[in-house]
Amino acid sequence: MADGSIYNYDILILATGAKIAPEEIDGMKAEEWQKSVFDFYTFEGALALRNKLREWEGGKLLVHITEMPIKCPVAPLEFAFLADSFFKHKKMRDKVEISFVTPLSGAFTKPKATAALDHLLDEKNIKIEADFAIESVDNDRKVIVDYGGREVPFDLLVTVPTNKGDEVIARSGMGDDLNFIPTNKATLQSLAFENIFVLGDASNIPASKAGSVAHFEAEILTENIKHYIKGEALSEEFDGHANCFIETGGGKALLIDFNYTHEPVEGTFPFPGVGPLRLMKESRMNHMGKLAFRWIYWNMLLKGTHIPFVSSHMEEAGKNFN
Amino acid sequence: MEKEIAGKMIKVNDEGYLTDFSQWTQEVGAAIAEENNIVMTPRHWEVIAYLQNEHKNNVALSIRKIGKSDVLDIKEFYQLFPQGPLKTSTKIAGIPKPASCI
Ligand SMILES: Cc1cc2nc3c(=O)[nH]c(=O)nc-3n(C[C@H](O)[C@H](O)[C@H](O)COP(=O)(O)OP(=O)(O)OC[C@H]3O[C@@H](n4cnc5c(N)ncnc54)[C@H](O)[C@@H]3O)c2cc1C
Repeated sequence: MADGSIYNYDILILATGAKIAPEEIDGMKAEEWQKSVFDFYTFEGALALRNKLREWEGGKLLVHITEMPIKCPVAPLEFAFLADSFFKHKKMRDKVEISFVTPLSGAFTKPKATAALDHLLDEKNIKIEADFAIESVDNDRKVIVDYGGREVPFDLLVTVPTNKGDEVIARSGMGDDLNFIPTNKATLQSLAFENIFVLGDASNIPASKAGSVAHFEAEILTENIKHYIKGEALSEEFDGHANCFIETGGGKALLIDFNYTHEPVEGTFPFPGVGPLRLMKESRMNHMGKLAFRWIYWNMLLKGTHIPFVSSHMEEAGKNFN
Repeated sequence: MEKEIAGKMIKVNDEGYLTDFSQWTQEVGAAIAEENNIVMTPRHWEVIAYLQNEHKNNVALSIRKIGKSDVLDIKEFYQLFPQGPLKTSTKIAGIPKPASCI
């Protein structure tokens, strides 16, 4: 510990999360930081950006992802959709040009959701700049530059900087090049030490870094640690289940549900064929679902109450995989 | 599905990535490169061999990893394979498109 005290363990669960590292990109955290270059993944960043948006008179707004993986890969998209809605409300949408700049080849990481989301971006008049691997931010000229020499100008850059695990992981010699901990994607056991388990954003498993994922993982992890204590095989297997609401503005939202092997598709949730929530379709009901989730979060999730009808393994019924 | 590449029927996925690496030959790689408007040089083939080797050793490929390798830097990677170098080079190499993307 920082104060020099020492704790021994038989079993260690690491859940140190991920945080932004804007210093990874030349010129990102420089003169224009929190003047025209903002993040919204920290409290300070979000607050500074809110104050900026209150007085901003318009121009080129870039919503930008530096590199993958990031926590909540849909958050920047939500930001773009909500910005569209925000400027419409302020009756200044015509003064703002919104572009979504991403290192990926489209709006999201999975093909079917990408097609649906690309369509929504188009409908909301948000331009997409894909395959953009940023090298630097030019503070004088207010442009971002990628390794291929491509440039995109901005008046307001809202970026999601590189996400990294905590330095404690690097100091412990346990991390990969982004300080994420190599972890068995099914059992959630560390690959290097059998008495260390990893929960949530801190691991390197190929699942979304999302609260819903950490929640589903926790149920698996509990069982596996019980197995480990008894000296049994770690039989519970995490399937990569993620479930995310995407606020799309104007009181609507979209819901996606997916895992390691099944990409998000259309269907109904949580009751196959019934809903009431529709997967991959923008609807008011989905927005209501997100609002209801606030209550569920404080009154059920934090107390460890199981949410009825939502299981840690993804439900395949009620989905149109074709 | 199958696609005719360099005169042979090759198994590919719907984005055109080989699904069976044993079908890869340098001719197949060269034909895919040509489709992507890339003229292969010995340096290109060195990079392709490096990527194939990384893949064989189960190293997840990313732009960042390439930048940290001692084989080439990101600038050169872009010069060799402009426009989405990781996407294009892995396709030519006959290995899966990197799933850095979740
Ligand atoms: C803008 C935004 C929107 C999001 N929206 C959603 C959403 O709608 N749905 C969703 O499911 N997820 C969402 N997420 C993602 C979600 O917040 C994370 O995936 C989730 O919080 C991960 O939980 P965790 O416990 O792994 O890590 P964290 O919540 O990051 O917790 C890690 C904790 O460890 C502490 N810590 C780290 N290192 C040390 C150390 N050395 N010593 C002491 N303490 C340490 C940190 O201070 C932190 O409190 C969003 C994230 C962002 C940034």
